[in-house]
Amino acid sequence: MSNPDIYLTMDAVSKNFGRFTALAEVTFQARRGEFICVLGPSGCGKTTLLRVVAGLEKQTRGKVFIEGRDVSSLPVSSRNVGIVFQSYALFPNLTARQNIAYGLKSRSLSRQAIVKRVDELLDLVGLRGMGRKHPAKLSGGQQQRVALARAIAVSPDLLLLDEPLSALDAKVRVMLRGEIRQLQQRLGITTIMVTHDQEEALTMADRILVIDQGRLVQNGTPRQIYDKPATPFVAGFIGAMNFIEDARKIEKGLYDIGETHLSVSGENGTGRLPAGSRVTLAIRPEDVMLKRDPSVSNLLQTRVEAMEYRGSMFRIDLKRQVSEGTSFTITADVPAETVRRLGITPRSTLPIHLPVDRLRVYEAGKGS
Amino acid sequence: MPTTIADTTNLPSQTFWTTLDKELWIKRLLILLVCIWLLVVVVLPLFQLLSKSVADADGRFVGLAHYRTYFSTPSLSSSLFNSLLVSVLTTCISVSLGFLFAYGLTRTTIAGKGFFKAISMMPLFAPTLLNGIALVYLFGRKGLITLGFFGVLPGIEINLYGPVGIIIAEVLFTFPQAVLMLCIALGMTDARLYEAAESLGAGRVRTFFTVTLPSIRYGLISTVFVCFILAFTDFGAPKVVGGNYNILATDIYKQVIGQQNFAMGAVVSVVLLIPTVVAFIIDRIFQRKQVAMIAARSVPLTPRPHVVRDGLYAGYCALIGFLIVGFYLTAVYASLVKVWPYTLDLGFWHYQFSGTGGGGYAAFFNSIRMSLYSAVFGTAITFFAAYLIEKSRQMNSLRQMAYFLSILPLALPGLVIGLAYIFFFNALGWHVGGMFIPNPMNVLYASMGILVISNIVHFFSVSFLTATTALKQLDQEFETVSESMGVPFTKTFARVTVPVCIPAILEIGVYYFVNSMATVSAVIFLYSADIPLASVAVANMDDAGDVAPACAMSVLILLTNLAVRIGFGLLTRRLKARAQAWTGQ
Repeated sequence: MSNPDIYLTMDAVSKNFGRFTALAEVTFQARRGEFICVLGPSGCGKTTLLRVVAGLEKQTRGKVFIEGRDVSSLPVSSRNVGIVFQSYALFPNLTARQNIAYGLKSRSLSRQAIVKRVDELLDLVGLRGMGRKHPAKLSGGQQQRVALARAIAVSPDLLLLDEPLSALDAKVRVMLRGEIRQLQQRLGITTIMVTHDQEEALTMADRILVIDQGRLVQNGTPRQIYDKPATPFVAGFIGAMNFIEDARKIEKGLYDIGETHLSVSGENGTGRLPAGSRVTLAIRPEDVMLKRDPSVSNLLQTRVEAMEYRGSMFRIDLKRQVSEGTSFTITADVPAETVRRLGITPRSTLPIHLPVDRLRVYEAGKGS
Repeated sequence: MPTTIADTTNLPSQTFWTTLDKELWIKRLLILLVCIWLLVVVVLPLFQLLSKSVADADGRFVGLAHYRTYFSTPSLSSSLFNSLLVSVLTTCISVSLGFLFAYGLTRTTIAGKGFFKAISMMPLFAPTLLNGIALVYLFGRKGLITLGFFGVLPGIEINLYGPVGIIIAEVLFTFPQAVLMLCIALGMTDARLYEAAESLGAGRVRTFFTVTLPSIRYGLISTVFVCFILAFTDFGAPKVVGGNYNILATDIYKQVIGQQNFAMGAVVSVVLLIPTVVAFIIDRIFQRKQVAMIAARSVPLTPRPHVVRDGLYAGYCALIGFLIVGFYLTAVYASLVKVWPYTLDLGFWHYQFSGTGGGGYAAFFNSIRMSLYSAVFGTAITFFAAYLIEKSRQMNSLRQMAYFLSILPLALPGLVIGLAYIFFFNALGWHVGGMFIPNPMNVLYASMGILVISNIVHFFSVSFLTATTALKQLDQEFETVSESMGVPFTKTFARVTVPVCIPAILEIGVYYFVNSMATVSAVIFLYSADIPLASVAVANMDDAGDVAPACAMSVLILLTNLAVRIGFGLLTRRLKARAQAWTGQ
């Protein structure tokens, strides 16, 4: 807690609404200037987490520290945070300028200083010349920028974004994603953004917190979250994932499904499981390789069940016979060019290769 | 550029953290004040009324003795049955007529919908006494229709004085409410349900019973109970055309004013209150369900032309409109006739108010003054209370109590408020456990203040709900955003909340004014001889047999209210045009 790099610390924070547990023992730290995305399905408690950080809700248990100072019972006004809401909450009867200047007016700043600062902020968010318009006359993306400018106008130490992009068109969303990230890095402001959009989280965040049913299930960089999802839930929520159920551990690094043996290099806590344990193997569709070379390990013969055209690639459902009457299906993403070259068609047979370092192992029946 | 942003991190932000903590306390204090206000003007007077109904003249507790007397005296208890009968019949007729009218306005393509709707709202602006008086001029012993338009046609005698007269007057009184509520219910529908029914081959009748009725059922039930409450508690019309047919509302008046039997007045008030409160609770339950039925993505229904149907509805709406306008024009005409029905010269004789009681123009201007005060203070209190209850995040249980107390007056008949206020404000103090607590509110007794307060409470609930609805449309996060930026809530209230809600605020002001002008039930117990009121003057002049001046005074009230309504309508339109810059329409 005395680490000067750490700006925010949540220590075992829980929040109950009556009997409903919105947050259960959430602990994490945010470094100064870090961009953290809180990711999870709707109703998982991520917005509650943001509101507790802001001081809009008081946690039932646990503590919140800002720069080592216990702010657990301080209201939002004492935490120096800037907030951008999903709805933007722009004042409809005030112009963009007046909205941005709203928080500045109550500080002892001269009129000229306010005008100058609002000009800076309008430039900063790329709205020069739009200041006299009312929110209703601005596009969704422009409203979003005004809300952002208004939030950072008062120079908060912490910026909180609650699903800031979810109300926008896909194209505007992608553009603003980059802009918000650039702005955040330029200002070096510690930022926590709540989102249910995995792509948003992966592209913008320094670190992602994945929340499920009020619990923090994984805390890591976007690459860690994507490549080494801690639980099947994380794996399934972020990106697509094949789950091969009913696999069995033979020895360290070796598993089988029926007659098929599969080697796995990086095990994830399952290395300590006794031989014979039931596990679930997982692999991302884009990691499934097409190989005919019989010398590589983890080579499986499969049959093409269905093909879904997705423009640049095909998503192909492959069926693997385990024994009489039992089989499992693996989905593979194959570039359209490869499909054309190999002449893959439904009902044809296809040998695939599951790279040892891309397979994940989960203990069966745990956290799905 | 980035350097300037970073430089400003030393903005003076710490200084008002402390003031904002103070703000929280101010907010808490204000919520507490709202609760105290509602306790003093609603709960305590009601409690005083209840305790009077179980005490004798010397204030000793007598249990249910008065109630036993009431129910064992047939001349008294028969009124309960009479009231129920009249109200139920009124409700049936009014809701049926209102349904057809509202259906015509919402589900057909007839012309002049706005005009018809405006006409149907006329009775909202008149004192209900006027409904009675106009009926007397139409169907009374020397009425226009009884005499067959002064002998031109054969006369029709409908035996006006009694249930017939009361029901006609109450139908007229409740009709606008029914139309308003049913228009909303019929307007809130999903066109896709009709398209689905049509594509599945359902006919008109089947569609009506499987789509239309289910989608408006809560609104319909709510309308039924609101009309029932209005008819059950109205005092003005039965006072004029009730004759010897006793109903609860007129009984209270007779007991208190006629016989000075305050205890029995309190008992009848409680008897009147119980069915009203039950109806009120049922209504609230169904209103809540109706709100829950609006799907966010409904497609509004646009009616398609249908020659026969539209023709029938146009004829119906025109007939109803003609009857309403004719009704009030008769009153205007009668007020101008020199000696009805003998000397039909027209002039302003009856607008002199000389030689009649009631207070004449002094009363009229008192009423205007009272209505202005009620509008200004009522709107301010209502809107601020609604704001604190809707937009605060502190003291949840207290806010919930305040909300309940704010909609409770909807269930309180004016007469009950009036009588409860006599008891409460007239009391010099209370003996509590051997201690005498003087009543600080006693100074208001027989003043303008008590009249204004009674009006504010009487019309509080509807205004409160209007304000709450308007406030709900504002983003829930306005307060949060301001708080996070360190802006005091009072500033956001003044700079954002009030400007955005101006149409609703004006609406509330007009509602208070119009109703304060027209009401007679609460104020008839509370006015003093120094402050005569127009609506009370109407009742008193009618009592004294001066029907023509009474009619003239009612017409003045009606015209004032219409002028105010139209004036504010134009003002609101101007404001809305100005606000176009930010509403984006």
